[in-house]
Amino acid sequence: MNDDPLLARLAGLAVEPPDGLLDRIAARWIAVPSPIGELSVAWTARGVAYVHQGDGFSGAFRARFGRPLMPATRPPAGLVPALRTGRLSGLALDLEELGEFQRDVLRAVQAVPRGEVRPYAWIAARAGRPGAVRAVGTALARNPVPLLVPCHRVTRSDGALGEYVFGPAAKQRLLLAEGVDLGRLDGLAKERVFYLASDTTGVVCFPTCHNARRITPAHRHGFRTLGAARTAGYRPCRTCRPDLQAA
Amino acid sequence: MDCLDPVRKALLDDLDEGFAELYGAHRGVVFSTALRLSGRWADAEDLAAETFLRAYRAVAGYDAERIAALQTRPWLLTILMNIWRNCGRAKSRKPPPDLREEPVDTVDPREGVEESALRRETGDELAGLLALLPEEQRLAVVLRHVSDLPVSEIATVLRIPEGTVKSHVSRGLKRLRTLGGVR
Repeated sequence: MNDDPLLARLAGLAVEPPDGLLDRIAARWIAVPSPIGELSVAWTARGVAYVHQGDGFSGAFRARFGRPLMPATRPPAGLVPALRTGRLSGLALDLEELGEFQRDVLRAVQAVPRGEVRPYAWIAARAGRPGAVRAVGTALARNPVPLLVPCHRVTRSDGALGEYVFGPAAKQRLLLAEGVDLGRLDGLAKERVFYLASDTTGVVCFPTCHNARRITPAHRHGFRTLGAARTAGYRPCRTCRPDLQAA
Repeated sequence: MDCLDPVRKALLDDLDEGFAELYGAHRGVVFSTALRLSGRWADAEDLAAETFLRAYRAVAGYDAERIAALQTRPWLLTILMNIWRNCGRAKSRKPPPDLREEPVDTVDPREGVEESALRRETGDELAGLLALLPEEQRLAVVLRHVSDLPVSEIATVLRIPEGTVKSHVSRGLKRLRTLGGVR
């Protein structure tokens, strides 16, 4: 049969797929260190898709992404520093599986600088849905890439830290590790102070804004609401944008 | 269970390791079939990727008994055929493209200039002739002689009697010989 030239040529039309084909189908995973202990991280050809803590990683990934998962020998370049600092520095994320609202929310969260916190309402406004404060909480609870999209920097407007994908204790550890003075924030919240203003600049900020941290005690004024600060003649900081949330 | 092939054994053991075995064992036949059906490298990559992804999602819902009974190669190719037919149906609603004017990118990007020139004289020409066959003959010829499946398996994949497979194959070959002037 192989003497037939046509059959031999047809058999010659069989080809091996390109090497990259498997990466379009399967995700890779690896366990890496982080400030809150070992994490399992999965990524696709597009970028990092999933960060998981504790047991049940492969089952959770399968339920969520429906994609095969294969072990990798090394993490993608920049992953470990990004987990440590919360700065991506070019590390790509794959947020394709998410809905538009959740992607907008995560993009808004990426605007919160290391060492600072913002209220849920601020994220909702920045994501273009000022009324959707509870939906922001839900979206963050399902953040597939915690630490890389630093949802631990989103806290309740009453000063409480609020929930976290990996539990409130991990949220506290992460914020302390990046230099947020939680004791001071708690003290301010007990005095019902959620905004700090400077009478030398005439600007009012969120307490963790780097501009607020520079105000000397003699010139610092605390406010419970942004409205009260405005009435007192202060304008919202253009860096931390406390005016963004519906007030 | 001792008589099970390594693919099914691995699938029963661990879904993800099983998938790696499944991919390793059948990637060539799935991709070749996809390439010779669609005639385009990019379409073949999409088709093959979608086939394996759907296979993984399906097998995640199968119980051990069903996995143990799974004939993995015809099962994968049946999934490929379903995707191919569905996207064929979607395409047929649009005005048909003029095949002669469309660039045909069947060349493997890894291939060197010489290899590709060599293959153009054989592979691409024959691949072009395949595209001229009626769909049922092309499917049968590709599965039988490119992908090297036995007639019984092709009958399963195409859901037609073995006799019909044989007649599609022989008519397809006859037509190819006429078209290509191959004796």
